[in-house]
Amino acid sequence: MKLAEVRNLAVGIVVALLAIAVPLVSDGYWLSIATTAMMYIALSTSWALFSGPTHLIALSTGAFFGIGGYLVGTGMSDYELDFWLMAAVAPFVAMFLALLIGLATLRLSGVYFVIFTLGLAEMIRNLVSWIQNNFLGSRGLYVLTDFTDAHIYWMLLAVAIVVFLTGWWINRSRLGFALRIIGNDEEVAKHVGIDTAWSKVTLFMTTGFFAALVGAIVAPRYSYIEPNVVFSPQLSFLVVIMALLGGVHRLWGPLVGVIPFTLMWEAITIFFPSSTTLFLGISFLLIVYLIPNGFVGMFESGLARLRR
Amino acid sequence: MDILISGLLLGGTYALMAMGLNLQYGVARIMNLANGEMLVLGGLSAFWLFTASAVSPLLTAIIIAPLSFIGNWLIYRYLLLPLVRRSKNQGQLEVDSILATFGMSFALVGVMVSIHGEYFTYSYLADPLSVFGSTVALNRAVAFVAAVAIGGALYFWLNRTYAGTAVRAVSVSAEASGLVGINVDRISAFAFALGGAVTAIGGTLISTFITLDASIGVLFTMKALIIIIMGGVGDIRGAIIAALILGLVETAVATIVDPGLTLASAYVIFLAVLLFRPQGLFGRRTT
Amino acid sequence: MMQGEPILKISNLSKRFGGLVAVDDLTFNVREHEVMGIIGPNGSGKSTTLNLISGALRASDGMIVLEGQDLTVLPPHKIARAGVARTFQLVRILPKLSVIENVIAGAAFASKPRWGGEAELFASALLERLELGDKKHLGVDSLTYIDQKRLELARALASEPEILLLDEWLAGLNPSELQIGIELISRLRNEGRTIILVEHVMDAIRSLCDRCVVMNSGKKIAEGTPAEVLSDPEVVRAYLGDG
Repeated sequence: MKLAEVRNLAVGIVVALLAIAVPLVSDGYWLSIATTAMMYIALSTSWALFSGPTHLIALSTGAFFGIGGYLVGTGMSDYELDFWLMAAVAPFVAMFLALLIGLATLRLSGVYFVIFTLGLAEMIRNLVSWIQNNFLGSRGLYVLTDFTDAHIYWMLLAVAIVVFLTGWWINRSRLGFALRIIGNDEEVAKHVGIDTAWSKVTLFMTTGFFAALVGAIVAPRYSYIEPNVVFSPQLSFLVVIMALLGGVHRLWGPLVGVIPFTLMWEAITIFFPSSTTLFLGISFLLIVYLIPNGFVGMFESGLARLRR
Repeated sequence: MDILISGLLLGGTYALMAMGLNLQYGVARIMNLANGEMLVLGGLSAFWLFTASAVSPLLTAIIIAPLSFIGNWLIYRYLLLPLVRRSKNQGQLEVDSILATFGMSFALVGVMVSIHGEYFTYSYLADPLSVFGSTVALNRAVAFVAAVAIGGALYFWLNRTYAGTAVRAVSVSAEASGLVGINVDRISAFAFALGGAVTAIGGTLISTFITLDASIGVLFTMKALIIIIMGGVGDIRGAIIAALILGLVETAVATIVDPGLTLASAYVIFLAVLLFRPQGLFGRRTT
Repeated sequence: MMQGEPILKISNLSKRFGGLVAVDDLTFNVREHEVMGIIGPNGSGKSTTLNLISGALRASDGMIVLEGQDLTVLPPHKIARAGVARTFQLVRILPKLSVIENVIAGAAFASKPRWGGEAELFASALLERLELGDKKHLGVDSLTYIDQKRLELARALASEPEILLLDEWLAGLNPSELQIGIELISRLRNEGRTIILVEHVMDAIRSLCDRCVVMNSGKKIAEGTPAEVLSDPEVVRAYLGDG
């Protein structure tokens, strides 16, 4: 047990060091792909912290991500506030929203939660557009910073590392154990003394926090922020696919899904720009029917068969 | 008064679509998130047949119903039943069916975009009609009458016939129905197929007065789900009233405040239901 | 073992489901170190009573008080932390956790939570006592039925409860397993634990219970030692029908 932990830590440090070096050896196109991949690593790993053990498919990533991006945009553009201030505030706003959503839906059956998050990004986008058009004047929001792609990449890497450390800590804590029990049998969980609603809400707030933080950091990449761009329902689905493709029962599972999928998605958007939705659908179907436990699950059961 | 009339007319069509999803979720226990795409497919067929060979959408509804029934039966039998058999519990089935139907939803959107990537704009019965002193479009009224007729027939069938009783029995308890000799798999497949057919008819009707496009389905799925939860899962009477409420509120918000806020108003209703009546309008609170 | 003061007081407890009254004005006390049986025909409200005590259901009326603390309106996790542990009518173990993790699940969130190395030692000792010691790192799908029942009991005991609720824990065991099961519960009784037992197996009730409450159609129709209540004419009538 202890040995495996030391080994995992060593592997983690090596991978992190390699990841730090990426902008030094590549630039332009490949760096931009690496930045996108790093964004998805942070998003899908933090998504899996909550949805992995509880099996509740949260489709709220786009909404929280959008809150991060939009707050940075409106803060810098409309109120001339500092990027760092907005990037620090946005995650807490998202966390508060996650708290409200969690309290309203997570006490009830899981389906209600999924449905509520399904339209959330679209609903907030409508609301924000309406407020902007009627009260703030429909000006564009400019996020002008002197960050280069490499800076954004490193910031995302830092967030990803924090997500991994948080996940590692949660998995060892009673909270993580409580989530696993809830995922197994919620009724039993209640009767052994677990406050199931609060455990779920706490983890959901954590994923909301990180999604908004990532959204805020990525905002300077867009330069020009529009609600239609940052509140993207598609982002929620991409994050779900990548995490499930890798496997959500291991902390590093989503990472395994993100890298191949980002490359594939990039190729699809270049060569078949009109078929992205179809491709998204096929990916979902392939995961459900052929790789229900992700690449990691496939690999592990293959390994178990070899050992036998 | 205008709001009241057109809200009720809109709600009537919503009720039809929610009835379809209710059959699928309440009986076959599949949370079908591709339901909205089935509706859009109905709308696309109506648009296509009308613009290509001037076929009346009402006739399309009659053509599309059996086709959609067969299509949905095949989907249940070959894509969803394996998931039902594979899952060890209801929770697992829920996750699997949500993901699988998302997949179908996106795949259908992808296919429809490649067939017709723009709005399904056509004009059918767009003449004014006077109802209780306020003017509504004839197509809305016709769609409403058709929805009421189909909904009524469905209600009668469920409550007054032997086969309908079997369907209701499975919705109450699949396990007990199996014990009394009902073929649960067959009834579930039938209910799923029927639900799909009803939804597709709803789509052809809605397309006469709302301009659809290939990717709008998820919005209708969302509304149908809110209606079902508000009405209580499996409760047809509740779903009808919930649909009328949603139709009214949406029309009111769109007319008085801003058409861009209809989804937000649906969310407010949803939130109120979750907070105060999570068991549905007529459901009994289990304390 | 000498029985002490009443620690669980149930007074005028009722539970209505719509028009159906599942538990009707039920009153009884459970004393410390006592094994209390709840018996009665099918559908008489025994399991509902247990579900009310553990918080799985909320009472329509009446009060449940454990050592001065009112449990009536508390959610199940707070009732568990107050010292009530239970097993389920249909055995419920956590399928994706190992045997020892199933036991730690009972210990980690109790009123006196144990976690980390301490929890592992504690859970191992508990598993040894329930003769599951050699299986502690296995997955639960390799367990036999009685081992699953033992594991569920171990999980309940891991919280060191003030009172243990066993919902037909002996149901479904074959005759030789039944003997093992009865011995196991009688060992818990000799340790001085306070237990409420909902049971159909009459042998078990005679040999294990200090006192019994007999229920019929949601009402208490008798209370006393097993010998007393089983010879009560009203109890006999309830079991054999009004005839």
